[in-house]
Amino acid sequence: MFFKKKESRSPAVKENKKVGIRGILVFENTSEVIRAENLLKSKGWKIRVMGPPPEIRSGCDLVIEFPLIEELSILRALKEADVPPLQVVPVNSPLLLPVDIFHHRDFGRYLMVRAANMKLTVDKETQLIVNVSGGGCPDVPYLAREMVGKTLTDAPAPREIGHTLCGYALQLAYEEAKRKCLQS
Amino acid sequence: MLAVIGTIPEEDFPLVEGKVILEKDSIRIGERQVPVSRGTPALLAAAIKVCEVLNLPLPYGYLIGDIGMGRGSRRLYEYLVKNLPSNSSAVITFHYLQPDVDLHNKVLFAVEEMASRPILIADAGFMYAAKMSGESEAYDLFTPDAGELAFLADEEAPHPFYTRGFILHDEMRIPDLITRAYDYNNAARYLLVKGSRDHIASRQGVHAVIDSPADEAMEAIGGTGDTLTGIVSALIFSGLEVLDAAVLGARINRIAGHYACPTPASQVSDVIAHIPEAMEEVLEGKKKRYEKSCL
Repeated sequence: MFFKKKESRSPAVKENKKVGIRGILVFENTSEVIRAENLLKSKGWKIRVMGPPPEIRSGCDLVIEFPLIEELSILRALKEADVPPLQVVPVNSPLLLPVDIFHHRDFGRYLMVRAANMKLTVDKETQLIVNVSGGGCPDVPYLAREMVGKTLTDAPAPREIGHTLCGYALQLAYEEAKRKCLQS
Repeated sequence: MLAVIGTIPEEDFPLVEGKVILEKDSIRIGERQVPVSRGTPALLAAAIKVCEVLNLPLPYGYLIGDIGMGRGSRRLYEYLVKNLPSNSSAVITFHYLQPDVDLHNKVLFAVEEMASRPILIADAGFMYAAKMSGESEAYDLFTPDAGELAFLADEEAPHPFYTRGFILHDEMRIPDLITRAYDYNNAARYLLVKGSRDHIASRQGVHAVIDSPADEAMEAIGGTGDTLTGIVSALIFSGLEVLDAAVLGARINRIAGHYACPTPASQVSDVIAHIPEAMEEVLEGKKKRYEKSCL
């Protein structure tokens, strides 16, 4: 089929029933969240990027959910890396789960992957990123400018240069495109 | 005046306001030149094309650099809070700004202080902020895509990234999502839902569905939603009712895209170049040339 739609679910997102034993780290902006996430994951902590509870929500937000029991060592690591959180808050209610459904559209030579509101289109023959579309945060045009025209392996990852939830969604689409195009 | 408020993807681009002109594949505001790729420059380029065809004053831009850190957006919000009360724009289109609920609300208060209330259009990040603030009904037109419509329909989602799974971004469900968005007061007076079929709706239901010409590759091309918002903004500025402008704008954008013989690797500047002939066809009832083959 020429236009084939598929859906798949990210393995990273599970159920959200850890109220009481988990805490959240609140940062000044999404780029700090992404830096902290990279650091904590590289050190092996089981953390997740989530949406904040309504009482601390201000706009384009992400927080990091972590096991409260490990608060001290996590805070020490973040301080040493110069990304200290603004607040540490126990989880008292279920957090928002990021969108975890990917849509694929196969245009023959090109594959478009959508995660949430972000779409990434790749030339399957050359692995060249030919378009980035969707999204409404101001880093989207910037990310598009930096990524379009480069291959999946040469392009900067959105999590390295993006700053917002749209950038984070584009990272998911980018990872999914790499799974689809570089494994085949 | 048609005012367009948005950001430029350059960190050091200063806050500038002024008439915006189109020079080949770049827009110029004052001494600054910006390539038209996507985002607010693409919206402006499309609006300029329409204004040129209709002999209207060119759009007036309020622009600042922001690559997602939000600093530029916040400066622009604060500038608007201070300066909008004395502004006399007939139409204001808000575009790529970092969503910020508190600053959005201050901007809306500033609009209410204007001598004559302009027609308000919101797209991209500013539309997200309008929905999160619970003030969607203050706007005359939102221009979401299907994913963003699902976000409007989800009364709990603060961003499209958190739209709950049971609210699917399925184009087949667009009429249901429109109804849900209005039920929770999270939609503007009119919605123009951009997609493989463009839906124009209000609280009364879907007024029109524009689905031809159908070029599926348009979905992949970054900036084609921005050009549609720009075309409709300029048509409203020309004096058309919002509903009529949305219907005509959707047709013009599709035909311009079709004339570009789009592939998923096409760029939005290819589409913008064809806006004048698409307008000629739609507004002057010229023969349906768009049925020509691109092969």
